[in-house]
This record gives sequence, structure tokens and C-alpha cells, in this order.
Amino acid sequence: MNQTVRPEDLQPVDDYGPLYAAHKKVYPQSVSGTFRRIKWGLMGFCLGVYYFLPFVRWNRGLGAPDQAVLVDFPNQRFYFFFIELWPQEVYYFTGLLIIAAIGLFLMNAIGGRIWCGYLCPQTVWTDLFYAVERLIEGDRRERMKKDASSDPMKLERISEIVLKHSIWLLIAWWTGGAWVLYFNDAPTLVKELVTFHGPALAYIWIAILTATTYTLAGFMREQVCVYMCPWPRIQAALTDEWALNVTYRYDRGETRMSVKKAADMRALGQPAGDCIDCKQCVAVCPTGIDIRDGSQMDCIQCGLCIDACDTVMTKIGRPTRLIGYDNDINIHRRREGKPPVYKLVRARTVAYAAIIALVGGAMVYKLATRSLLDVNVLHDRNPIAVKLSDGSIRNAYTMRVLNKHGFDRVIAVDIEGPANAILHVVGADSVTPDRPMIVVGRDQTEELRLLVTAPAENNPDKSIPVKFHVTDIGLGVVASATDNFVSP
Amino acid sequence: MADHTEVDSVSGTTTTGHAWDGIKELNTPLPRWWVITFYITIIWAIGYWIVYPAWPTISSNTAGLFGYSSRADVAVELANLEKIRGGKMAALATASLADIEKDPALLALARAKGKTVFGDNCAACHGTGATGSKGFPNLNDDDWLWGGSLEQIQQTLLYGVRSGHSKTHEGQMLAFGKDGMLKPAEIVTVANYVRELAGLPTRAGYDPKAGAKIFAENCVACHGDNAKGNPDVGAPNLTDKIWLYGSDEASMIETITNGRAGVMPAWEGRLDPVTIKAMAVYVHSLGGGK
Repeated sequence: MNQTVRPEDLQPVDDYGPLYAAHKKVYPQSVSGTFRRIKWGLMGFCLGVYYFLPFVRWNRGLGAPDQAVLVDFPNQRFYFFFIELWPQEVYYFTGLLIIAAIGLFLMNAIGGRIWCGYLCPQTVWTDLFYAVERLIEGDRRERMKKDASSDPMKLERISEIVLKHSIWLLIAWWTGGAWVLYFNDAPTLVKELVTFHGPALAYIWIAILTATTYTLAGFMREQVCVYMCPWPRIQAALTDEWALNVTYRYDRGETRMSVKKAADMRALGQPAGDCIDCKQCVAVCPTGIDIRDGSQMDCIQCGLCIDACDTVMTKIGRPTRLIGYDNDINIHRRREGKPPVYKLVRARTVAYAAIIALVGGAMVYKLATRSLLDVNVLHDRNPIAVKLSDGSIRNAYTMRVLNKHGFDRVIAVDIEGPANAILHVVGADSVTPDRPMIVVGRDQTEELRLLVTAPAENNPDKSIPVKFHVTDIGLGVVASATDNFVSP
Repeated sequence: MADHTEVDSVSGTTTTGHAWDGIKELNTPLPRWWVITFYITIIWAIGYWIVYPAWPTISSNTAGLFGYSSRADVAVELANLEKIRGGKMAALATASLADIEKDPALLALARAKGKTVFGDNCAACHGTGATGSKGFPNLNDDDWLWGGSLEQIQQTLLYGVRSGHSKTHEGQMLAFGKDGMLKPAEIVTVANYVRELAGLPTRAGYDPKAGAKIFAENCVACHGDNAKGNPDVGAPNLTDKIWLYGSDEASMIETITNGRAGVMPAWEGRLDPVTIKAMAVYVHSLGGGK
């Protein structure tokens, strides 16, 4: 077998066998138990949030949108309940993404692919589509029989198929419909959509998401997890020997034998496995695998095989959790007669939790101390400085004042820097010569041109730091920015 | 000869029969839908070639059945932009120069428009930052030959300086030396007198009284008794720190000997009145405006 083959010895091959495999349809059987209940609960929660959140109202005062969660692209604002973010604050999303990524890592280190099995949209919608299919066409055996039947279709069968696809499309359409509501005032958009006055973009997005939901949850299903998704590959690199994955406890299950034979063996004092090879774990699996083959990439670790096996074990009067959240270390320990060890606190989980706490803490701190008055200053680049007829030096700056409050504010501009410096705000100085003041509209920014003039003899330094203060006259709030005053 | 029915004992997968140094290749088939999707993308690409511009020809390219062109898209976008701007531009046309500067929205619009037009038309001489150079005034400072109020700047923009336009600014620095009005020695004397007025160092041994006399006889007509200049004739202030043609003695002697007559073109007729208004506000807002 292990003889060396040199390239010149290779001969052309006529038949490679099948290059492309036909899709084997998976017919998961219905199951009930702890994990199924958890899955139903999480599905209800996730879909409930997704479909109804856009309709939740949040009063932000007159003129501001009253939608609790809204991505307002035209006005470049993001609203989340009491939080309103501007485009220059996207770093919050960076923080959220870091937390999301590390959260996934943490879940993975503790309980394997919790995300895949319970929370991933692909899993949630596929689960929902399977539920519809089961309701209309019956359970695993019936569906397999109907699909395999070569008899000409009767009206009943046709109506079943039509009904199933109609409900699927309805769910898919609702999924796309809910998506666009996050980007517009939901009640208004719903009214526009049903009267066919909605924006074309909304219809296009609904169509796209209807198509993807229908295809991915109705047809692609486990193929998405096995062939398309990068996460199974990444998580293989992230898992460790202590992570609790859905595991067939082969120390208990092997050697597989019938209930009767096992009972006989036990009566004789011989070791007997608990697995009776009923294949219920395979029948309920949404990706169609056999968990008894060990941890594998196709396994989304939804725990439904645990429920199936527990049901059987209860029936035959053996202890449950022949399949359970466990790891190989404990299987070996049990074999050696040692008690299993569950190590949730380890360097990996502590580090992940610490990163989440750190980033989360930084975000909360930043949000809590977030100023509703902000100022940015940019020094003119050309010219950097101008010499005036009396020999004094003038620098020009572009200032942007941001008013993140829900009302108009009167803002005074002051500077602190070069000796005897005079500040002019172009456009404003003719109205208020001693202390330039401007009005910044509610939830808006104002760009100003600032001219700072200082006599050269009092300011011999080539570059002097300047502080720009903007003061809200009404509230007394001050925001500052620094730049330099430069001589030519 | 390959035996494709061989099954790998570890993975349970068939092998392709290929072996390299004893390592055999497993046959892990792709799902069929994957390859079908791949063929669909090929068909899609062919469709794309047909309906959109795709293939280069010798002088142009295939147009595509949809008649799409990114240039046409730009034209539509620009037309929409003009529509959006229409109202604001009308406001710019009717508002007075002073009012434009007081209205933040109009000021921003005038400055934005002015900056673009300045880059296209004025930067060649005055520089992109309007900082000028020798002979071309710096428009950021507060020294104005023909006046630095909004109206005066607009006037200069419309009709230019020595531009040949009937309403242009006239008046020039005479060539006192070349035309024989002053002798070279007198020019040196008066140049040093002007340097003294401006607070610049003077040549050792020059006669201030003679300089004052020459200045009074030849220069005050335009530059004024106190040499502060006169914007009506474009005579610069000789007592300030800004020198268009240089403040060294040689440059000043050259100016007095050969005269100066820089030209600024008239923009009336080349730029529309609203644009010139925006330009005036832009230049005024650079900082030196009076």
C-alpha cells in the first residue's frame, strides 16, 4: 500500500468516481425535551424581538423620531432607546463588534457552538420552516414516504405543497418587511407599503430578503452550515479540551446492543453498553449526522439528539444523558473510575470575560460622559499664516460645532493662547463684535471660519498652542479643542 | 491503473486513486448545487455582457441592451443637484453682499462656490490659497490696492484692473527713471525716504530733506501727503509692512525707475453675476476683508 509512486509511473485515470454529490435531503423528526423547549423559547424571543422591535415607540420630544430603534441614513443618526449616535461616534459599533466576537469565543469556550445551535438566524429560521413543514406534511416518516412516492400527485398532496410554500414565502416576506422597518418610521412605512406608495428601495430590500430567507431556510438549510459558513471552521480552532460540546458518552454507550441482550449481560455481571442503536439521535438531527461518530464540523450542537436519547433512555429505564454536554477528558476520567471535572473558570474563559468587561466598561463610561456639545478645529493649510499691514500675524481655522441636544443653542466662541489675540468669526463678528456668538440648530452642526490675529512682537514663538472654547450660554456647558497659532 | 473503489479506512471516503509518496488523495465531492450555482454565475456573466457595456472595440465599446452609461448617470445626478441648488442660488442672487455674509447658510454656499471658482480662475495668479506672489496681491491680508470692502472687491472682480474694460480701474505707477522725470541719484534718495516712512533701514548718508522734497513733488498726488495710499487710483500705502514688489532697496529703485502696472482681467461676461457675488464674499471672508 505504501509503495512510492513516481510521476512517470502515473497513468491517466478515466473514472474519478462522482465529482459532485447530490444533496441528501434531511428529514428531522420531531422531538420533545429540555433542549427543544429552550430552542422554542429562544426562537420565540429572537423572532419576537426582530419582528416587533421597530414598532416600539420612544418619546424624544417634538420633531425627533419616536421610534425606539432606528437607523436614520438620510439624517445620519442611529437611535437606540435613550441613545442617539452620530456618524463620528461609530467607534461604539467597533466596541459592540469586539464584544460580539469575544462573546462568541466565550460561548464557544464554555458550551461549544451555542451560537450555531440556538441563536444563529440560519438555525432559527430553518427551525421555523421545519416546524411549518412538519405541521403540514407530517413527521419524518410521512414526509420521506410522500417525497419518495412515484404515484401521480393527488389534489390533497398538491394543496399541501402549495400551502407549505405559501406559508414559507409569507414568513420570508415578513422577515424582509421587518428589516426595512428598522430604517424608516415603522407605522408610516407600513401604511406606505400597503398602499404601494413606499420607496422603491424598501420594496427591493423586501424582495431580496424574502428571496434569501425562502432559499436559505427552505432549501439550503444545513448546507449553509456545512459549506458556506466560516464559523464552524473558525470555532474548530477556538475550542479546547475543556469546552463542553454535545458528546456521545461512548464510555457508557459502547458496546451497543439490544435492550434484551444488555439486560442478559448485566444479569450475568458482564459489562453492557447503554446505546441500543435505535438511531433516534440521527433521526432528529437537523444536519443529518450521527453524533456517535464524535465531534464533527457538521454538528451545530443544538442538543436535539440529547432530547431524543433521553426519551429513549427513560423508556428503557436507563439513566438519561447518554448524550450530553461533556468532553473527552471526562469520558477518559470515568473510564479510569475518576469523577468528571467541569472547569468553567480557566485562563481562556477568564481572559474572554475580562476583555468583554473591559470593552463594555469603556463603552458605558464613554456613553455616560458623552458630551452633547462638541467642537472640532482644523487649522488652515494654505496659507498657514498671513502677515497683515501693521505687521501682526493672522491664522485662520475651520471650526465645527456639534449640538447633540434636541433644541437650538446659543454658543459663544472664545480663545485662549497668543498674547493680545483678537478673534473674529466670519459672518458672526459683525453682529456680536466683543464675543462672537452663533446659534446652532437642534441636533445639527455648524461650520465656522475663525480668524485669530495677534501682534507679532508679543508672540515671538514660531508656534503657540491655542485653546478654543465654545460655551452654551444657556446651560453654561463648555467644550474645547486645541490647535496652534503659527508665525510665517 | 487507479482503483477508485478503494475506501480510506479512517475517513470512510473513496480515494481518487492518485498517490504521491504514498499519500493518497481523497475524493470529497462538492455538493451538486454548488457546481450548478457556479454555472448560473457563468450564465449571469454572459447576460451581463449582453445588457451592459462590456467589451472594448477599436474606438469605443459594446453599448449593451440596457443602454446604461455611467456618464449619463452623472448627468442625471448633476441635473438633480442643480434642481436642489436652484432655490439657494436664487437667494444668493437677490440678497445683498452684506446680508449673504450674515446668513450662515448663504455664507457657506457662497464660500463653497467661491472656493471652486477661485481654484479654476484665480489660482493661476493668486495661488490656490490666495496667498499671491510678487506682483500678484495676497488676498488673505488686509492690504488692498483698490479697497477691501465687499462692494470694492466685487467692483474689482467685475471690471478688473487695467483690463481694457470701460469701467476698469485705471492709474499706474509711473516710470520716473525711464521717462526722465527723476535722475538715478534722486531715485535712490526718494527710495530711501520711502523706506524711512515704512520703518525700513535706510542707506548711510542719504538726505531726508531732499527725499521729502522729491516725494512731495512727485508722489503725494497719488500716494497722499502721509504716503498712506489711495484706493481710488490703486496707490498702495507705503507705510505698512506689505510690499507687493518687494521691500528691499533694489526692488524699490526698480519700481520707481520703471513703474508698475499689473493687470487683473475683468470677469464680467466670463462669469455670471451670481458667481462673481459668491467670489466677492469668498475673497472677503478669507480674512482681509474690510
